[in-house]
Amino acid sequence: MAAPSNNPPLLEVKNLRVEFPTRRGTLLAVDDVSFDIAPGEVLGVVGESGAGKSLTGNAIIGLLEPPGRIAGGEIRLEGRRIDDLPYEEMRKVRGARIGAIFQDPLTSLNPLYSVGHQLIETIQTHLPLSSAEARTRALDLLKEVGIPGAETRIDHYPHQFSGGMRQRVVIALALCAGPRLIVADEPTTALDVSIQAQIIALLKRLCREHGTAVMLVTHDMGVIAETADRVAVMYAGRIAEIGPVRDVVKHAKHPYTKGLMGSIPSLGVRTERLTQIDGAMPRLTEIPTGCAFNPRCTERGGRCLVERPDLMAVGATRAACWQHDRGGVGPAIVREAVDA
Amino acid sequence: MFVFILKRLLQSVAVLLAVGFVAFSLFRYVGDPINAMVGQDTSAEERETLREKLGLNDPAPIQFLTFIANAAQGKFGLSYRTSEPVGRMILERVPATLELSFCAAIFALFVGVPMGVYTGLYPRHWTSQLFQAVSLIGVSLPTFLIGIVLILIFAVWLKLLPSFGRGETVDLGWWTTNFLTWSGLKALILPSITLGLFQLTLLMRLVRSEMLEVMRTDYIKFARARGLTNRAINFGHALKNTLVPVITVAGLQLGALIAFAIVTETVFAWPGVGQLFIQSVQFADIPVMAAYLLLIGLLFVVINLTVDLLYFAVDPRLRSQGGAARVAGH
Repeated sequence: MAAPSNNPPLLEVKNLRVEFPTRRGTLLAVDDVSFDIAPGEVLGVVGESGAGKSLTGNAIIGLLEPPGRIAGGEIRLEGRRIDDLPYEEMRKVRGARIGAIFQDPLTSLNPLYSVGHQLIETIQTHLPLSSAEARTRALDLLKEVGIPGAETRIDHYPHQFSGGMRQRVVIALALCAGPRLIVADEPTTALDVSIQAQIIALLKRLCREHGTAVMLVTHDMGVIAETADRVAVMYAGRIAEIGPVRDVVKHAKHPYTKGLMGSIPSLGVRTERLTQIDGAMPRLTEIPTGCAFNPRCTERGGRCLVERPDLMAVGATRAACWQHDRGGVGPAIVREAVDA
Repeated sequence: MFVFILKRLLQSVAVLLAVGFVAFSLFRYVGDPINAMVGQDTSAEERETLREKLGLNDPAPIQFLTFIANAAQGKFGLSYRTSEPVGRMILERVPATLELSFCAAIFALFVGVPMGVYTGLYPRHWTSQLFQAVSLIGVSLPTFLIGIVLILIFAVWLKLLPSFGRGETVDLGWWTTNFLTWSGLKALILPSITLGLFQLTLLMRLVRSEMLEVMRTDYIKFARARGLTNRAINFGHALKNTLVPVITVAGLQLGALIAFAIVTETVFAWPGVGQLFIQSVQFADIPVMAAYLLLIGLLFVVINLTVDLLYFAVDPRLRSQGGAARVAGH
């Protein structure tokens, strides 16, 4: 565990499975995922679209869209199990203990209510404050997230704000009842590149000041490297590698993570070509036996085709790759033989 | 905002002038009104005198202007059928139609919208499926059939409610009302249901599909993530976002209720404007038809204007003109 052992984790996810019943059978979209988040820690979750990272986030906030459902495992927040809470109980957790930020700030706010109304409404849902006190708190939050002229802006409607400003409002909304954890699902993907860095810096600063932990779901390795304390790399519904961000970025242990790192262009270093990972992530219906990454893996051995690797400790990180097992990957497979 | 209203008012005047022109054309092109007014044995001179008196010999534009000027003062001439002033005939019957339409609208709104919300929130629940099935009947059955079936059940078999007429009414001087007597209220029930049923199902289906749409949006998901209560989400956030299309349709349907109360009024022998119109059509009573046309035109114009103003009340995005209030910069 990367989280210090004397510090009980804020969030514990154990053997989480999320499935989708379909006409052709049940699809396992999140398969046996376990991780912890310590108080105040930023955990980055990266992966391609469909890797199950957003679903994991939605499962934590209890907002999986039907027919998706939690099929196994458990989620604990501050030691209390929250994955099996009745809707009304979980509603009181959402917003109050766990905040959420979604991808698109343009559509996250209700267009018919002023931002002040939406803030005050959320504050009063969770905190026993009078309207005047809630308004003061809303105003403070708007100032804190850096909305200039908050006194007048509080009565403005979402369409009167730019995209970056709206995401600041969304962050204020996520923070307004003082949650311990924020699940931020691609918070910058829909924004201009120039705004992305500001929003990430803001999120990072606020969470440090409030001691709020963040689960930062993104497909942007750069954002992770800049923001996260630890990073979990997801592939086809499972965690491929998890560990301190420095180790994962600099010394990736899983071939998939290595591929991901190789695909980030860096300034100053002239590379002839960026590396890319051949092929695409398998669909949920076509996950190969053995390691799900084996068809695209350059370091594949015989064992990878038959046995699915679990996370194995390698230094400070853990990776789901047979390379790090004492048994090794098994005899190398000649590519042609497999493709045939 | 002010400019907008002014613009809309000018448009409304233009629409009414166009309707007035159509109404006026009725006089000129639907036969010779003199033939309808006088007997077979009226002499040519008498006809000519009458023609002169009614201003039928003036050039068409002058006649049109006279017609509009009179209409604006509520003078629609004399009925060919009863020789009474048309304005008074219509005014006498307007309360009956308006009260009927009002009850039908209330029925459609206060039953249709909640049913729509319910079926939109719980689309898979069996009661929603039942509402959906029943609403299909409401949409597909013709009004007169619904009226006749209701009469059969509640008036003929159960003998609970009257099958025709307004019952006892109270005359308030300029308005006769059903609302103050027990028999008047009872008489309202069947025609209101008959008239409102189609609008009810229409509203229900509209609200349902709008709710389904809105419940999928990100801001509803985000409202859930903020831990708002279901009540706040369903009625505060979701329902309000369905209002713009619902107001549009409800407004137009209110106009339709009044304008097309004709069938219901005929089935229930309801002494309203619609019934008057049917009688006038049978007698080719053009002044009454023309006045009715103008009245309905005016009604739709007023309703549309109200609907436009309601948009402003509901949607803040329309209030800031052309996004001028949007503050640039991040």
